[in-house]
Amino acid sequence: MDPFVAALTIFVLAVFVGFEVITKVPPTLHTPLMSGSNAISGITLVGALLAAGAKETTLTTILGVVAVVFATINVVGGFLVTHRMLRMFRRKD
Amino acid sequence: MNIGINIGYLVAAALFIFGLKGLSHPRTAVRGNLLGATGMLLAVVLTLLDRQIISFEWILVGLVIGAGFGVILAVKVQMTQMPQLVALFNGFGGGASALVAGAALIEAALLTTAPSTQMTVSTAASGLIGAVTFWGSLIAFGKLQGIISSKPAKIPAHQLLNGILLLASLGLGALIVLDPSATWVYWILVAVASALGVLMVMPIGGADMPVVISLLNSFSGLAAAATGFVLLNNVLIISGSLVGASGLILTNLMCKAMNRSLGNVLFGGVGGTIAAADDVYAGKIKSTSPDEVAMLLEGARRVVIVPGYGMAVAQAQYAVRDLTNLLESRGTEVEFGIHPVAGRMPGHMNVLLAEANIPYDKLKTMEEINPTFEQTDVVIVLGANDTVNPAAREADSGPLAGMPILDVDKARTVVVIKRSLSPGFAGVPNPLFAADNTLMLFGDGKQMVTEIIAALKEA
Repeated sequence: MDPFVAALTIFVLAVFVGFEVITKVPPTLHTPLMSGSNAISGITLVGALLAAGAKETTLTTILGVVAVVFATINVVGGFLVTHRMLRMFRRKD
Repeated sequence: MNIGINIGYLVAAALFIFGLKGLSHPRTAVRGNLLGATGMLLAVVLTLLDRQIISFEWILVGLVIGAGFGVILAVKVQMTQMPQLVALFNGFGGGASALVAGAALIEAALLTTAPSTQMTVSTAASGLIGAVTFWGSLIAFGKLQGIISSKPAKIPAHQLLNGILLLASLGLGALIVLDPSATWVYWILVAVASALGVLMVMPIGGADMPVVISLLNSFSGLAAAATGFVLLNNVLIISGSLVGASGLILTNLMCKAMNRSLGNVLFGGVGGTIAAADDVYAGKIKSTSPDEVAMLLEGARRVVIVPGYGMAVAQAQYAVRDLTNLLESRGTEVEFGIHPVAGRMPGHMNVLLAEANIPYDKLKTMEEINPTFEQTDVVIVLGANDTVNPAAREADSGPLAGMPILDVDKARTVVVIKRSLSPGFAGVPNPLFAADNTLMLFGDGKQMVTEIIAALKEA
């Protein structure tokens, strides 16, 4: 199969999975959902690491390193603040 | 292609899905978030093993700086400031995606004679969405933090301007596809898309922020997915589309909760006839005191508290918790009614109340709480306005028409704690304030609740 078609297939199926999983999140957790999913979108860090480490040109290395900084803020800050929020939710004693 | 690394990426993607699934209940949510973080760690470690990476020193510098800032922001932020922090993180994610796509384009132009059309189309998409996300989120951050005025900025012909910028971005994207070797075109595309991001969010006011933040959340995911297409990396595609779907669901929920279309939120179109405040309020406002409210609460069997953005501004959540505990110790039933768009982001009020240790099972959604107002003795509206405005039920009430509201006016008595009679974001006078069963308690939210508690303790 053409790699692009394969990628597109994965994309469409993942969107469906996303809709199924996310509709089950209760409104009370919508803020942690946003910050947590936000941290997941920091997965672009994977691409940033490849760009920063490949040493193709000075320009791509600079772009890569800036992208690593941005994506790491997104990932580390996102998961940490979500953890902070989620720990506060508790039931009636 | 290294099979081991790709299988590892698949495991990471599965962990993200399990993580999001964990968020379907507060009980499993902490573990879910940790699963997601584990998936991310796995993906990062696997990537560092990739043979494409030949130099680590700059990567390490980037990781340390990024992690440092991330930790500081996440630890220092107050719960009331969560909307702007999420906006900021969003922006960084989108910006990173645009930069990675740009670097990939430069690499492709150096290494291969002709990058595939799919790759160049994806690169243009990533640059466009990523730059819009980055600048749109920074503007949203500035507005929520109070650096930029949160009032909708009036930009002349801004719909036309946005349209031109979008068309220009698409045109530049087409140029990249036709001639990928001219990598400078990509950066012009990024610049035009940046202007689009700024102009898109500038005209949007405070109470519409939940929609915009959700939309930008979705964009940050789509930008990551587009970058995944550039690199043909499945874990980016899967994670990006999960987040894209999540943001779209929230955007849709927020729009429904305001009975407005996404286009209407983004491009304005506020209209209709708004009743004059004097006609609505004249001679009908009954002002009350904390002592009188305490007496009402003493005789109440069921109390519902309806918080809005004003509670966050007044930092009144701890006082509200104390009032709740005091009432419950006297045998009064207390619940909270939370409108989907209360606050500045989806679930904003829930996080604040959770911070003050109020159990989440007391926080009821609009659908759950509305049938109970008729059996409620006292409703306390704290810093909410448009979400309890009965004018929304009338078809010709202007910007609020048709918006689903909390039916607080059906309760026996409504106490509205508010500084003045100023209208909410929609600019529509609120007939609730003039209703026969409404008492206005004018003052700062936190101070008034504290005085009610003192009066209740004395009684």
